[in-house]
Amino acid sequence: MPEGGHAASLAAQTGAWRQDSYVDGPIRAMAVATLFWGVVGFLMGVLIASQLAFPLLNLDLEWTTFGRLRPVHTSAVIFAFGGNALIGTSLYVVQRTCRARLFGGEEMGWFLFAGYNFFIVMAALGYVLGVTQGKEYAEPEWYVDLWLTVVWVAYLVAFGGTILRREEPHIYVANWFYLAFIVTIAMLHIGNNLALPLPGHAKSYGLASGVQDAMIQWWYGHNAVGFFLTAGFLGMMYYFIPKQAERPVYSYRLSIIHFWSLIFLYIWAGPHHLHYTALPDWAQTLGMVFSVMLWMPSWGGMINGLMTLSGAWDKLRTDPGLRFSVTAVGFYGMSTFEGPVMSVKAVNSLSHYTDWTIGHVHSGAMGWVGFITFGAMYWLVPRLWGRTELYSNKLAAWHFWVATLGIVLYITAMWVSGIMQGLMWRSYDELGFLQYSFVETVAAMHPYYVIRMLGGVLYLSGALLMVYNLWRTVTARAEEAPLAPPLPAAAAVPAE
Amino acid sequence: MPTKIEKDAVSGTLTTGHEWDGIKELNTPLPKWWLYVFYATIAFAAVWVVLYPALPIQGATGLTGWTARGAIEQEMAEHAERLEPRLAAIRDAAPQEILADPELRNFALAGGRVAFANNCAACHGAGGQGAQGGFPSLADDDWLWGGKLADIRQTIAHGIRNAEDEAARTTMMPRFLADGLLSAAQVNEVAEHVLSLSGRATDAAAARRGAAVFAENCSSCHGNDGRGSRELGAPDLADQIWLYGGDKAAVVQSVSYARAGVMPAWGGRLDPAVVNMLTVYVHSLGGGEPE
Repeated sequence: MPEGGHAASLAAQTGAWRQDSYVDGPIRAMAVATLFWGVVGFLMGVLIASQLAFPLLNLDLEWTTFGRLRPVHTSAVIFAFGGNALIGTSLYVVQRTCRARLFGGEEMGWFLFAGYNFFIVMAALGYVLGVTQGKEYAEPEWYVDLWLTVVWVAYLVAFGGTILRREEPHIYVANWFYLAFIVTIAMLHIGNNLALPLPGHAKSYGLASGVQDAMIQWWYGHNAVGFFLTAGFLGMMYYFIPKQAERPVYSYRLSIIHFWSLIFLYIWAGPHHLHYTALPDWAQTLGMVFSVMLWMPSWGGMINGLMTLSGAWDKLRTDPGLRFSVTAVGFYGMSTFEGPVMSVKAVNSLSHYTDWTIGHVHSGAMGWVGFITFGAMYWLVPRLWGRTELYSNKLAAWHFWVATLGIVLYITAMWVSGIMQGLMWRSYDELGFLQYSFVETVAAMHPYYVIRMLGGVLYLSGALLMVYNLWRTVTARAEEAPLAPPLPAAAAVPAE
Repeated sequence: MPTKIEKDAVSGTLTTGHEWDGIKELNTPLPKWWLYVFYATIAFAAVWVVLYPALPIQGATGLTGWTARGAIEQEMAEHAERLEPRLAAIRDAAPQEILADPELRNFALAGGRVAFANNCAACHGAGGQGAQGGFPSLADDDWLWGGKLADIRQTIAHGIRNAEDEAARTTMMPRFLADGLLSAAQVNEVAEHVLSLSGRATDAAAARRGAAVFAENCSSCHGNDGRGSRELGAPDLADQIWLYGGDKAAVVQSVSYARAGVMPAWGGRLDPAVVNMLTVYVHSLGGGEPE
């Protein structure tokens, strides 16, 4: 490939000395934190899934009940696992695609690592001890919110400062997405957490109340999905898939159009979380139509991810990391189609408050967010530690199949149980009475809750395989390095 | 960095000429189908906001005139219209009349089943089997307050020992030890006597002494033979059915500190027709007594 050779020669000219000048120490720490929190988050997920199937496992202790552990699970996977992955990869990507050292240097990188993970520990401690705002995905109380604001502004300064000092004439598409994620999350975090603290207490009262509060909460909640779990991870996709596939990005034009349409449309879609509530009809209508219009902007990212592989599909057979990335994009496409469908009010009247929503979220979280991160980690960790290859491609392949099976079990169980739940709630007997009492619908969920739990166990097992594999990759150096075969030229990664 | 537009060997498409860390971009046009579907969703949105309410103005609806409140009111009205003739008949009828009319009875049992599952099963169990700790079984013939239709209706409508309904059943058992009415030794003796009523005394001498204590303190409500009184809601102590457990410790606890089970009044919460349906349903669970 001519351009491959061109890239390699460029790297030879410019990459060698720069490699040392990039800030990578904190990124290694964030990679480790990503793996650690991933395992913690998946384990908590398995635990609370088991509690739903077998309530005895709540242990009758306030600290171990579902209500307190559920936010530990969601925060651990979204903010701890996802957040460390996003911050770590964004700092890696922005330095290399801008050919600039991180703004603020090593100190900034370590502050972001320590500050962000301190936020996570403080938040989780609060949940277990019963300190919560009671806002979904925004449970931490005011003192934790303030600290996160400090860390996040520093992150924006570090990322934006690096872009400003870039030596490339243009800003790479991955950085658009990362920047949109950083800026919007700052806005959402502050907007949704405006509250008056009770003096001297870990307790606050939100400025808004009633349906206004609900609307702000779901403006936040939906865009936490749109900008944290979507835009941020699209940034990850736009760097790691071309790297893994060693192919140019499919369409620059598509990346522009789908970026701006996604950014513009996502922010209005939140009201679809409040269909058939006290939220005024006009807001529900707008939430629905903006969600429907989001379908193609989301699929633009999927097309760009998948089509980047044209000419390199054979790599799927040999590179398990790429297999994760590509499957992630597939799950992204599936859940971004399912989302607009569920936002349609007639569908939502069946799906809302059922397990279908849980299944939808998890096809996005496990399939898209999890897999794109695993793909990035399999590529990134060897390079961060200067290794030439993974300890075991075979183990990574096992991870892939075990985790994929776990997702399939999880999603299908939740589809079936969710639709069944919705149908049971609305079924009437021939005399006009409800066919089922609420508790009968709960009892009917049991087998699906057990299947979902098994899906979670498989997903967790796969993650443990990955941790072992990457651990061996990093530590195997001492005895294997001298014997490591030189990389073939085509596989040489620029700037490495 | 100079831009250098190249032709991609695989796809034949030109690159944009930019390069970042070895990554290039093709200048592929937007996929047509993608663009047209995107336009279609925008057109759908444009039509939808005309048909349905989309303006933040009080009372503004779309061309269809649809509102969420209007839709639910219409649905509820249709539902009520379907049920109301029979509900009205059930509301006006005495429970005996419902029982006597096969069609009303059938309807009341169906409606009562759902009302029971959603309101009563949390304490009394899905089949009315009851639960240890003060939740009596409704499926046997051991009634605290009576198993005739009128008794059941009274209990459901007004409840037991609640503060919300003046007609609630209110009799209370004294706290014999806590309020100094009996000594600990006397409580022990009377507990042995109570156990002896179902042939389970562990100390025959104490049970004999307890008989005198029982006659003086307990028999006015529970009867000389301990068979209880439905007037006063005093449980039968001679059967083997225990609301709070029948071992000695539980009996001692009951005598010492009393129990005061509470049931809400459902008359203010549920449609009188639903109360009637529940009455017939509970009566049908297995222990209903003829008038």
